Amino acid sequence: MSDLEYLRSLIKAVPDFPQEGIMFRDIFPIFQDPRAIEMLVSHIVNHINETIKEKIDVIVGLDARGFLFGPMVALRLNAAFVPSRKKGKLPGETLSADFKKEYGVDTFEMQVGAIKPGQNVIIMDDLIATGGTAAAAGRLVEKSGGKLLEYIFLIELADLNGRKNLTAPIYSMITF
Amino acid sequence: MSDLEYLRSLIKAIPDFPQEGIMFRDIFPIFQDPRAIEMLVSHIVNHINETIKEKVDVIVGLDARGFLFGPMVALRLNAAFVPSRKKGKLPGETLSADFKKEYGVDTFEMQVGAIKSGQNVIIMDDLIATGGTAVAAGQLVEKSGGKLLEYIFLIELADLNGRKNLTAPIYSMITF
Repeated sequence: MSDLEYLRSLIKAVPDFPQEGIMFRDIFPIFQDPRAIEMLVSHIVNHINETIKEKIDVIVGLDARGFLFGPMVALRLNAAFVPSRKKGKLPGETLSADFKKEYGVDTFEMQVGAIKPGQNVIIMDDLIATGGTAAAAGRLVEKSGGKLLEYIFLIELADLNGRKNLTAPIYSMITF
Repeated sequence: MSDLEYLRSLIKAIPDFPQEGIMFRDIFPIFQDPRAIEMLVSHIVNHINETIKEKVDVIVGLDARGFLFGPMVALRLNAAFVPSRKKGKLPGETLSADFKKEYGVDTFEMQVGAIKSGQNVIIMDDLIATGGTAVAAGQLVEKSGGKLLEYIFLIELADLNGRKNLTAPIYSMITF
């Protein structure tokens, strides 16, 4: 079984979470299996080493599930890990970017100065659905003066076509 | 400079966050420095290898800053990483434990079956203040049938004496 097949087999489908009609993809079983954690991190690092020529300066991880594996990838690449979080969670001076939710608007933030102008950045999250939070994170990288090289997602929900909202290349490991 | 002195030097003190009168200790600068990420993870793994005889089966990390380094420690120890999150965030069947906040009560959850009966567990978080969330996480380990060996905190706020509420050994790396 390949590493992606193994990771896919661990992801648990949980119906009607967080709301009715939504099939949630639970990635926490991956983190309960150290072999799988290693597969996940290695796969991403190998992908980056094989396809991206530039030195990666920053991995941006989206709160909270992006925190689970973003720092590990950053460590392997000798890069910084920078979080993006919902409004009010990050201390100090922050940049913000709004994104549309099903009803209304929400705001993502990043600390000022966390990304330095000109740095090469990759944004990571566990899953892309509509692409709203990913697009907001991309704007935060832009506001920081960073250069967004790619989005990397463990899971892509194909039907929602979130990738149409994103203006950087996308690599998704598993598609549902 | 020792590793703990270096880590301490990176932690940023931010006054009046999230509320007036609170001096927040921002650990994100550690994660922007891959040398510091490695120091943090190695220090914890070395501490465990030097002081704990039992095999560690599970690292529990508290949402969300415990997610930043818990999985890395789990990987190094060949252990599972299990999250504990605020109510409503974890999919599937969950166990819960309440804890007191300044005003009112909040609830932490853990997925049923994430910890198997009899497993040796260490709980990790970035900071212990009053100890409320740490106690709740300890109750979740107990409800799962796990054996809590130790709490490990990057930061302990000494004045709040949170440790008095905890019934397992505590290791804190930096004290403010």
